[in-house]
Amino acid sequence: MPNRSFFWFFFPAGLAMILFIGLPIISTGIQSFYAQHDQILIEVKKCDPFGCKTSVVVDQEATSKIKEEKPLGKFNGFGTYIDRNHLASDQVSEFWSESKSVGEFIGKVGNLPFYKALVFTLTYCVIVTPCVLLLGFIIALSLNAISRKIRGPLIFGTILPMIVTPLVGSLVLFWMIDAEGIIGANLQILMDDPYLSVKSSKALTWITIIIYGVWHHSPFAFVVFYAALQTVPQEPLEASIIDGASRFQRVKHIVLPHIYPVVTFVALISLMDNFRVFEPIIGFSAEGSAQSLSWLIYDNLVNEEVILFGSAAATSIMTIVGISIILTPVLLRTWKEFRTNR
Amino acid sequence: MDFGLDKKSNSLKTFNTIFIVIWLLLACFPFIWTFWGSFKVRADFFSRADWWYAITAFNTLIETGARFTKEAYSGAWFEGEFWKASRNTVIVTISVVSISLFLGTLGAYALSRSTKNYAFWILIIALIFRAMPHITLVSGYLFPFFQLQIWGILPTTIVVLVAINQPFTLWLLYSFFKTVPKELDESALIDGCSYFQAFRHIIMPVMWPGVITAGLFSLMLAYNDFTVTALLLNQENHTMVPKIQSYLGTNQHEGNLMWAVSAVVSATAPLFLLVMFFQRQVISGLTAGAIKG
Amino acid sequence: MKKILVTLLFLLFGTVANADCNIKSGSINILANDFPALRTLVETAKECKGSADFKVTHSAEHNKIAVPALTANPSEFSVRVAANSSIVPLMNADLIRPMNDLVKKYGKGIQESQLITIDGKVMAVAFMANTQHLYVRTDVLEENGIAIPKTYEEVVAAAEKIRAAGKMKYPYAAAYKAGWNLAEEFVNMYIGHGGEFFKDGGAQPNINNAKGVATLNMLKKLADLSNPDYLTHDSEAIKVEWESGNVAIMTLWASRSGTLLDDEGDANITAATKLVAPATVGGGNIPAATLWWDGFTLAKNRSDADAEASFRAMAHAASSKEMVAKAADQAVWLVEGFVPGPKSVGVIEAVKMGAKPYPMLPQMGLMHGALGSEIVEFLQGNESAEQALKDVEAAYITKAKEQGFL
Repeated sequence: MPNRSFFWFFFPAGLAMILFIGLPIISTGIQSFYAQHDQILIEVKKCDPFGCKTSVVVDQEATSKIKEEKPLGKFNGFGTYIDRNHLASDQVSEFWSESKSVGEFIGKVGNLPFYKALVFTLTYCVIVTPCVLLLGFIIALSLNAISRKIRGPLIFGTILPMIVTPLVGSLVLFWMIDAEGIIGANLQILMDDPYLSVKSSKALTWITIIIYGVWHHSPFAFVVFYAALQTVPQEPLEASIIDGASRFQRVKHIVLPHIYPVVTFVALISLMDNFRVFEPIIGFSAEGSAQSLSWLIYDNLVNEEVILFGSAAATSIMTIVGISIILTPVLLRTWKEFRTNR
Repeated sequence: MDFGLDKKSNSLKTFNTIFIVIWLLLACFPFIWTFWGSFKVRADFFSRADWWYAITAFNTLIETGARFTKEAYSGAWFEGEFWKASRNTVIVTISVVSISLFLGTLGAYALSRSTKNYAFWILIIALIFRAMPHITLVSGYLFPFFQLQIWGILPTTIVVLVAINQPFTLWLLYSFFKTVPKELDESALIDGCSYFQAFRHIIMPVMWPGVITAGLFSLMLAYNDFTVTALLLNQENHTMVPKIQSYLGTNQHEGNLMWAVSAVVSATAPLFLLVMFFQRQVISGLTAGAIKG
Repeated sequence: MKKILVTLLFLLFGTVANADCNIKSGSINILANDFPALRTLVETAKECKGSADFKVTHSAEHNKIAVPALTANPSEFSVRVAANSSIVPLMNADLIRPMNDLVKKYGKGIQESQLITIDGKVMAVAFMANTQHLYVRTDVLEENGIAIPKTYEEVVAAAEKIRAAGKMKYPYAAAYKAGWNLAEEFVNMYIGHGGEFFKDGGAQPNINNAKGVATLNMLKKLADLSNPDYLTHDSEAIKVEWESGNVAIMTLWASRSGTLLDDEGDANITAATKLVAPATVGGGNIPAATLWWDGFTLAKNRSDADAEASFRAMAHAASSKEMVAKAADQAVWLVEGFVPGPKSVGVIEAVKMGAKPYPMLPQMGLMHGALGSEIVEFLQGNESAEQALKDVEAAYITKAKEQGFL
């Protein structure tokens, strides 16, 4: 396609993305290198309905002067990136020198917020993504073989986990897995352990979130695969049936290669979405046992009275970098295809 | 089309049916449970005493005198003004889906037919754009939007949702356009069509499954989005999800959980009709495309 | 000049002759949290909007929206309804205006005690109060011969006795959900122990000490008497535990007493539910609880006319005797004419016992955030109390440095 037509075809989508994603990413990147300017505190008398007390407030006169001089704040370089709540370079090297064994070192590092979140994020990502791909593909194949008349309601049923608002979907599930809830109580009977509680143990909480992840995301893979299956041409399939190819061979040699671009797509998107896991943590109130990188950002931006934009910006940028690293193998493949296809 | 299975193999057919039934049970059960529970009172559906209450309607019977109650629905829709929120959601959803698809198909078609290196890099950049957590993006929007005085209104939210969703739509449609053979539009170009004409008359008719899929996901995003709608809309314009959130209550103050439950059930019903309708579209669009192809 | 004179006359007329405020110009736009008492208040303010433009946004995300909204010039909102924690970011960034002159001019019905003053400047007008206090099941306590506990040590003893009697597996409940709720419980207990969060007049943390350790140990003791899922329990969850009859003693917000005392649910439990004073701890004489107020503030980046209209409408609501009479069960109102009912017992007792308000300090939010995530490991038994407090301080210092407090 000539550059000119390409430009006009792509212009509207490109403009929207640059304005609402590109610019914010740049500004987030810049902010992550700055810390807030110094806040000067002074003691004053404060009164409220419950009495008076002398305590500190931010001295607006003095602070606004500093603010005017440097509206962006103090330049901090990579300071925010390497502080204790992020990469914690000082703490890690300190732990390395004072730990007697590798196990102790790992334990100490794992106690730092960033690494704690990273471990969960990666575990979730690595387990959920392949399960979603596989389950979605199998469901798509199975549904495709069902009589067309009843397929509509079945498709709806299949994608229900995805379309029920996660906000309430996880709330309802959260009550179902309670020790007195329908799933929790039956699990106790099934496991023959009257004290079993899914929410109190760290391991069980992780497993719950992972199962929820697979359950919630599989419909996505299913929908894309199912739609792609509809575009598979009939002639080669019929030919292969005549040649006596088995079902498995047909799927492997004709169906899969045809929908290959779509598989790559689902893999990319799933990896990325799973790396950004955070809704189930909020939904299942699992902050105590499981934290993810996106949850850290959420915590900095939403949970605190004072919004920590610099810290959230640094974690966001690291999330982008992390996702880029994870996606590299898939992207290299896409690049090769791109080169050979043209 | 039934290439997954031989019609003759009965054992496989049975296995397939069993698999689908189990999966559907897993997929639908929480929703069926919610649907059933939405006709009960809170003390039954959210009970810590015994989950059987939700089935036997122990407290519902005491409080309302019947086993089923429509209280949650009438409360949410009228007292809770859920009707207003659903009107806003309809506006947002229709706009987001149509604009996203329009921009997305054009852009993705260009990307899939370009052989230049920059097309690849645009795809990569789009992917990196998608990696940005939404909450950070939206926090960044707040101040400029307030300063420009465009905060709170529906068009702002629609444009933001379209933009945020664009990388996904582009990638999805790009992969679908890749499955459409290049020869198809090349022959049209030789026949003297412009790129736009080829796109409009030759490619789009065979792209229905892809477009419907992309539309479905845009719809889901606009319909279910919480981060953008909760932070960028004022009360007049709140869509369903922030409304549902407001029924849930806060640390210090009680909400109305049953309203939230009935609102979720109400919000899911129209999607059922939509999916049924488009599912047929996918198939018929395909047949039409297959004949032409 | 003539116009101003006419307006002035109108204003004078309005305030003298009419109890309603009869506002002639300006526009009012309110940002508030979303719960019934605030909706009532805003509706009352709307009664007297006159010909002013009146808009409101009730949102659970109000905290997140407030700072950018008020930073913009002109600000989207003219009024922000805040609490003693959420007013802090507004003051830090200098986004709200003092309203001494407006109080003098239009604040007749407002009581002196409702004014929140910083260095003599009225920054907010409070209209309701809240705290966390004990709820007890009188039937269970009587059955086991236990008096109503006054200290957390007695709470522990009572709960142990109830458990030993085989009556309940997990007799105590409090909102220990990791994050904000858990941190709030720490703040309460630490204040009950007489602790100060920061070294004098500065932002250096001061919690890694004997009082901090005692606080954590008390939390742990109470947690052991709670349902093992306590780290996921918010106010809603423990309220339901209570209604299901699983709990005999609980620490919960006064504002959440509504459904515990109404006629929904098990009548026996409702009849035996009693709201009592907050408990003290560690031999201290002030309760291990913090007092909260909700009040309204005015945006700085908004015209004086808007501020005046907004103040008059809000002041009407914040001094409305009809409103507090009508909505007496929705909140503990600080407004004159409020007759406290059984739901207000906890707050009134707390005030009598000299409970402290939640610290209105610029850096308190950072401390709260650090507490919420770093003391979890201690409660799970993976860490010593000292290590947990060290982690809290380290996390706090990092955040405070980024925010320029250290």
